[in-house]
Amino acid sequence: MQPLLASDTDVAPERGYLRNRVLLVLVLIALAGGFGLSFLTHAPNRLISGRPVAWSAILADGRFLCLLPGLALLIGPFLRQIRTNHILIALIGAAFAALLFWLAGDAASRLADPASTSARTSFGGAFWVIEAITALAIADALQRAGFGPATRIGISLILVVPIALVLVSGSADQLSIMKEYATRRDVFGAAVVTHIQIVAMTLVPTLLIGVPLGILAFRRPSLRGPLFAVLNIIQTIPSIALFGLLIAPLAGLVATFPVLSQFGISGIGVAPAVIALTLYSLLPIVRNTSAGLEQVPGAVIDAASGMGLTPSQIFRSVEIPLALPVFLAGLRVTIVQAVGLTAVAALIGAGGLGAIIFQGLGSSALDLVLLGVVPLIALAVIVDASLKLVISILKGRAA
Amino acid sequence: MSEIAASPHRPALESWLRDPLPWAFLLLLALVFGMPALKPVFAFLFPGQERPLYEQDSFWSLTLAHLWLVGVSSSISVIIGVAAGIFVTRPAGREFRPLIETIVATGQTFPPVAVLAVAVPLLGFGPAPALIALALYGLLPVTEATVAGLESVPEAACEAARGLGFGHLGRLLRVELPLAAPVVIAGIRTSVIINIGTAAIASTVGAKTLGLPIIIGLSGFNTAYVLQGALIVGTLAVVIDLAFERLGGFISRWKRG
Repeated sequence: MQPLLASDTDVAPERGYLRNRVLLVLVLIALAGGFGLSFLTHAPNRLISGRPVAWSAILADGRFLCLLPGLALLIGPFLRQIRTNHILIALIGAAFAALLFWLAGDAASRLADPASTSARTSFGGAFWVIEAITALAIADALQRAGFGPATRIGISLILVVPIALVLVSGSADQLSIMKEYATRRDVFGAAVVTHIQIVAMTLVPTLLIGVPLGILAFRRPSLRGPLFAVLNIIQTIPSIALFGLLIAPLAGLVATFPVLSQFGISGIGVAPAVIALTLYSLLPIVRNTSAGLEQVPGAVIDAASGMGLTPSQIFRSVEIPLALPVFLAGLRVTIVQAVGLTAVAALIGAGGLGAIIFQGLGSSALDLVLLGVVPLIALAVIVDASLKLVISILKGRAA
Repeated sequence: MSEIAASPHRPALESWLRDPLPWAFLLLLALVFGMPALKPVFAFLFPGQERPLYEQDSFWSLTLAHLWLVGVSSSISVIIGVAAGIFVTRPAGREFRPLIETIVATGQTFPPVAVLAVAVPLLGFGPAPALIALALYGLLPVTEATVAGLESVPEAACEAARGLGFGHLGRLLRVELPLAAPVVIAGIRTSVIINIGTAAIASTVGAKTLGLPIIIGLSGFNTAYVLQGALIVGTLAVVIDLAFERLGGFISRWKRG
């Protein structure tokens, strides 16, 4: 408890009644968003832009009780800065986030016209602002409670459960984004699978080429300059340009060797996507493989060779384990980047969640855009969080 | 390589010729202004194509529009990002640092194309959502780098400045920011390069940029258009990256000298 108290006074100087200025600012932004923007918009069909739904309609018949956790968050900035209160704020925040989601779904069900299925109820600005602020308030509370990164990620996963329950219960089914999902259930599932497949297919050549190149760069420092210069230039080229530049050569290659098309290679589609993604992925993998090996202390290697280990034994049982956290940090950057770039690859016909996004943008169907964007962001955040978790566990074990 | 090139014993012309930046810049100019002259080449490469050259807009106007979008959004990112970085490293703003770090770390896991796509439902089609999405996304690396740069300033340097009678503002402007400059410039470089790429994709949401020939070419199966847009925007990104590298080098040398 001692270091916890010390860090508390260090980070949060308690003056007078106001004890958490960060939470106060967040709460004020949420209030401004709640009063200034609409929580939901409703339109008779998908082509007409929606009108704001009044709070009085959303909170009718005692539903205003759902806002009680929000009131509790308002008191948060004035509470004593002790661990119990921080945990309480995080729990209340999670409940509030889920209740707001339920409120939105509930209002959509009540607005739905049984005679017409074309009515659309979409999230408004206030919904996004308050949900985002609540997430930040939870993150702030978990940080102030003094939990390590691994514990914070674990708790965050548990705190998402209430929202997932609302989603699974079907309460949100009348929301526009869920209607878009309902009409494209198969396409959506296939897009998620394709997206993950492309990322996975990229990792194979990336690791097969990148790890040996990284070890080579570590062993031959003179190679590092030119190698990183080339990889950096590739990283600089805009994704849409690199995808585009690969179309003509690949199409030419297939035209010259028609047998290649039997392996699914063509100018557009998955093949140029995986090649371009691999080229982008090389920099973080090579750099972090090399950097990870470099930061292994010379004294440890001396000690190992003093114990009679051969160079290859040292490499396997000393250098690789010690370089692993840095390597995994590179892998995290690589996969998060690949998840995002795969969405752009939809423009060259690779499919995936980007196809849904660009289809939505093309037809001005904004909830269709969201149907692609929300899982895309979720995928990136999940990959990021799980690899961070692994890295912090590895570091904890090493320490 | 560059250190050898910059050594005073070499003739100036030779070191200039070894420098990639002027060559890349010349290539960019040649591509932007000379693309129409390459029409026969594209007609030869793509014999089936009725229109082998993108002629709806001049490449020069597309390049200017692209640079305008990136320039304005990056300026907003730099002003707000540096200000935020300074704020959270001052005693008054220190309490907000974990929050800002959470936003920066989480925000950077969001794909730029996702930020661009959600800006459209909120702000409509055209250059406005692209500008705001680019500025918002570009903020993150700048803020991160400003915090890292200011944190890396040795305590001894601040103490010395205090001893010399500098006030808070004098210390920030004349000691801390100059010492942090190389790291901040590196963050701005990352931000600008990401924005150049995202601005190209912004053509899908109605912004006129160098991505437009690529998008039109992709939807109309005209690979020549795709190639023309991709060559110019790729070279542009490399030129700007090299220019930032040069700027970072100057600042590091100036800092040392």
